[in-house]
Amino acid sequence: MSERSLIASASQTIGPFYAFALTTNTALGVMAQSGAIGERIELVVHVVDGESQSVADAMVELWQADASGKYQHPEDMQARNPDPAFSGFGRLGTNAEGEAAFTTVKPGRVAGPDGGLQAPHINVIVFARGVLLHLYTRIYFAGDPANKLDSVLAQVPEERRSTLLAYPDRKRRELWRFEIRLCGEGETVFFDW
Amino acid sequence: MHSYKRTLPGTQPNRRHDAYRSTLLRNPRQPLIQIPQTLSELTGPLCGDNPIGESDNDLTCHFAEEPLGQRIHLSGRVLDEDGRPVRNTLVEIWQANAAGRYNHPVDQHPAPLDPNFIGSGRAMTDDEGEYRFVTIRPGSYPWGNHYNAWRPAHIHFSLFGPSLLTRLITQMYFPGDPLFDFDPIMQSIPDEDARRRLISRFDLETTVPERALGFKWDIVLRGSGATPFEDAGK
Repeated sequence: MSERSLIASASQTIGPFYAFALTTNTALGVMAQSGAIGERIELVVHVVDGESQSVADAMVELWQADASGKYQHPEDMQARNPDPAFSGFGRLGTNAEGEAAFTTVKPGRVAGPDGGLQAPHINVIVFARGVLLHLYTRIYFAGDPANKLDSVLAQVPEERRSTLLAYPDRKRRELWRFEIRLCGEGETVFFDW
Repeated sequence: MHSYKRTLPGTQPNRRHDAYRSTLLRNPRQPLIQIPQTLSELTGPLCGDNPIGESDNDLTCHFAEEPLGQRIHLSGRVLDEDGRPVRNTLVEIWQANAAGRYNHPVDQHPAPLDPNFIGSGRAMTDDEGEYRFVTIRPGSYPWGNHYNAWRPAHIHFSLFGPSLLTRLITQMYFPGDPLFDFDPIMQSIPDEDARRRLISRFDLETTVPERALGFKWDIVLRGSGATPFEDAGK
């Protein structure tokens, strides 16, 4: 264990009453402005609990690279500017159906831990009443050939990998759906570092 | 590239905490999967370029009349685990009014709403990592977790810090609250010192004569393992 002089503050639940402070700005659901580079998608995140009930009071945050694989952050040292028509951060509260609908672009590939590239993915944080410490997961895109070579997916037991996939709508290919099962059968894979 | 240290055992809440009933159906039963820290986690939303209005950190000045309740000046520093200030990071807060009622349609506690109080505020930390809010002391309120359940008075805090791994949402409590021992949300944190660190302290120095009580509360975000030497090499 490394030395440290202070200890990180404990997390506590967001509770049920955060909306008037954190999610009044619904513009945070539109990450891609018109003119954003790349494949524009509508991404519907559905949150359900251990009894398959929709969670209507969750907050979903997304963090992703732009379509070229550039994060809008100083730690991303790639010598190019992030797409100015794109914001890598999205934040919405779920509605009565437990859904949060984001407008974004499919992210590009970013550097992986092994020197290679990761498959396109969106980082997700879930907060809710009953969630004392926020949960991290990732959204990958079903059918992307890069998924087979992704070193993070490779660490997930094969039978659980599908919980990390968003699927396109059969009729509207630009509409993708991702389900977050907080608990129980088909439980989404959550990560820790 | 640097990496973030794991949090110390017992210093974060247990995810499934029987006494807090909502945790049981809303948290994974399977263990979390450990993965390497990649560019995806070492970056994160900074929200440092969000325009903050001049009075966004004063929750008492948005209406013609002042809200009811005890005025407080609440300030403190945001630091990492090596004691370095976390500069220019967004701090968002929200709270109940002095009667213990939230400005939220789902809150049906039959205590009065205050027409002069919304209960949300935002601030950016300065070069020393310091934030400052002016607000009123929130009331305690009952909740449906168990018979005669009451939450200790608290203010919710949301912070980003420099990466996805420093994200924190927590609650700040007030010293001497008799409800601590009965609160399953606070008691979900196994380590007593970690619980104590969520309690602000009264501060005479920032108490404003004839006007408002001062409270201080420092927040610590997960630290990266970068040594001062590595920092110098950047």
